[in-house]
Amino acid sequence: MSTLAQRRGLRLGLRLTAAVLLTLVFMFPIYWLFMISFKTASEIYAFPPRWYPSSFNFDTYHVLFRDGDAATVGNSLVVAFFSTALAMFLGFICAYSLARFSTGGKHLANWIVSQRMIPPIAVVFPIFLLYVWFGLVDTYIGVILLYTAFNLPYVIWMMRSYILDVPRALEESALVDGCTRWEVIWKVVLPMCRAGLAATAIFTFVFAWNDFIFALVLTRTEVATYTVQITHYFGGQSNFWAKISAMSVLGTVPIFVVTAFMQRYFVRGISLGAIKG
Amino acid sequence: MSSVQGASFGQRNFKYLLVGPAIFVLLLVGVFPLVYLLTVSFQGITMTETSTDFIGSANYKQLFDDARLWQALLHTLIITAIALPLELVLGLTMAQLFLDRLPGRAIFIALLVLPVVVSPIVSGATWALLFNHRFGPINQIIGWIAGKETILLWTINPDLVYPAIIAAEIWQWTPFMFLLLLAALGNVDRSQLEAAAIDGASWWRTFSRIVLPAIAPVMTVAILIRGLDLFRLFDIVWALTQGGPGTMTETISVFTYVKGFQQFETSYTAAVALLVIILLSALVMFLLRRVELAR
Repeated sequence: MSTLAQRRGLRLGLRLTAAVLLTLVFMFPIYWLFMISFKTASEIYAFPPRWYPSSFNFDTYHVLFRDGDAATVGNSLVVAFFSTALAMFLGFICAYSLARFSTGGKHLANWIVSQRMIPPIAVVFPIFLLYVWFGLVDTYIGVILLYTAFNLPYVIWMMRSYILDVPRALEESALVDGCTRWEVIWKVVLPMCRAGLAATAIFTFVFAWNDFIFALVLTRTEVATYTVQITHYFGGQSNFWAKISAMSVLGTVPIFVVTAFMQRYFVRGISLGAIKG
Repeated sequence: MSSVQGASFGQRNFKYLLVGPAIFVLLLVGVFPLVYLLTVSFQGITMTETSTDFIGSANYKQLFDDARLWQALLHTLIITAIALPLELVLGLTMAQLFLDRLPGRAIFIALLVLPVVVSPIVSGATWALLFNHRFGPINQIIGWIAGKETILLWTINPDLVYPAIIAAEIWQWTPFMFLLLLAALGNVDRSQLEAAAIDGASWWRTFSRIVLPAIAPVMTVAILIRGLDLFRLFDIVWALTQGGPGTMTETISVFTYVKGFQQFETSYTAAVALLVIILLSALVMFLLRRVELAR
């Protein structure tokens, strides 16, 4: 006869085992990707595969920096940063108007969120033809503009829900005290939404950083992002696996670091605000 | 009097002033492409033909005769129909596992969400490495289980490419389902669950009568978001198979890309892109009427 405490202990043990196994399975692809970047060519092409490198060798990274391939991470940073800043500014003031004045009513709000659903390939095709016309292909401005536009619905949608959480009474008392609406937005509402702004900005940034299809179509060499650079090694010459892997690590580590700081806002962010964390 | 009127007029303009810039940028990607696609789709531009004369509805007629296009749509649907339920069930199971207190729970969850933030093109590349038939670890693991050396051509064999794509897809997005459902399960009313336990209700009865109705709204949103993402699936397929072998795994996005940017059938691609937008808009409108995101 087992006691209740023993049965509880067994249950917890089983759950813990399952949790560890599950985490190992989900971590394994990331582990494998990272390890390949440290392997020597002979280790990468060994059969049976080597499960860990004999020593951490940074030759591939050295090559990426020497040849300038690593600069594509810089391009990703530039386009992700500026498109995020722009989308946050335009999106925030638009969201304020929607939240407080119900501008355009339900139809405008629905139209904005439906823009989020448009398939990128269908948008990028005509945009590409337009950019050819205006000479915007392979320019920072072109890529930043498209990321801004594509992220705006998300920013507006999220910020609207965060602004609705701010008590109106605060704004009204500020208005009575003689603040203008514009001042209310920046001095009352913005500080109250700081957490929401940060979380939304991070998601916007991650989207632009991780995008592939827009960058694939709209960049060539000057502003190619790291995701496009990775595909340049597909089916390439010898040692291309090491480059795919090292380039992926360079692009992925920053995102992991950023994610670590936003655990609290993660659920609300990816559920489009459907779940308040 | 006039100053009061002035203020209210100013405020009315102010709210449009705030919306204006964002709407302008949105029109750039929301409306301009539609108009442009519509125009180009009635022309006959290809790689060799640059004339912008209108040729009528020939491109639209071609849509209906293009077996490859409809197959691409079918491929997209197949991947969605298999990956989405699997992600949902797996995510729900994982959420149940992590619902109660567990040592290191926060660390497990933090690690498990990582696939969600990896760029899809990177995860596609990662799975291409894992599935590689000569140097990849997956064949080796299968070989251990089978007890003999096994070489499966994951990205080449027509029977294996779909499992490969779906595995990558599930790896990347099950954590998404997991996180959302975990949050939803955490919000289920505890007192109802305790009451059911006291009444001696079976696990299934408790789940179907109390838990499922409580998490249904979040589940719907999760399915909606993932369903629409799957409809646009591009990166993972591009990294793993580029639509191959042949056109076996071409999704609608891959097909559109190949037509537009590799075969340069500009006008026909415009018609395809419009078709994709119309199909998706119809789907979104249908779904949005049923679900209201965030109240």
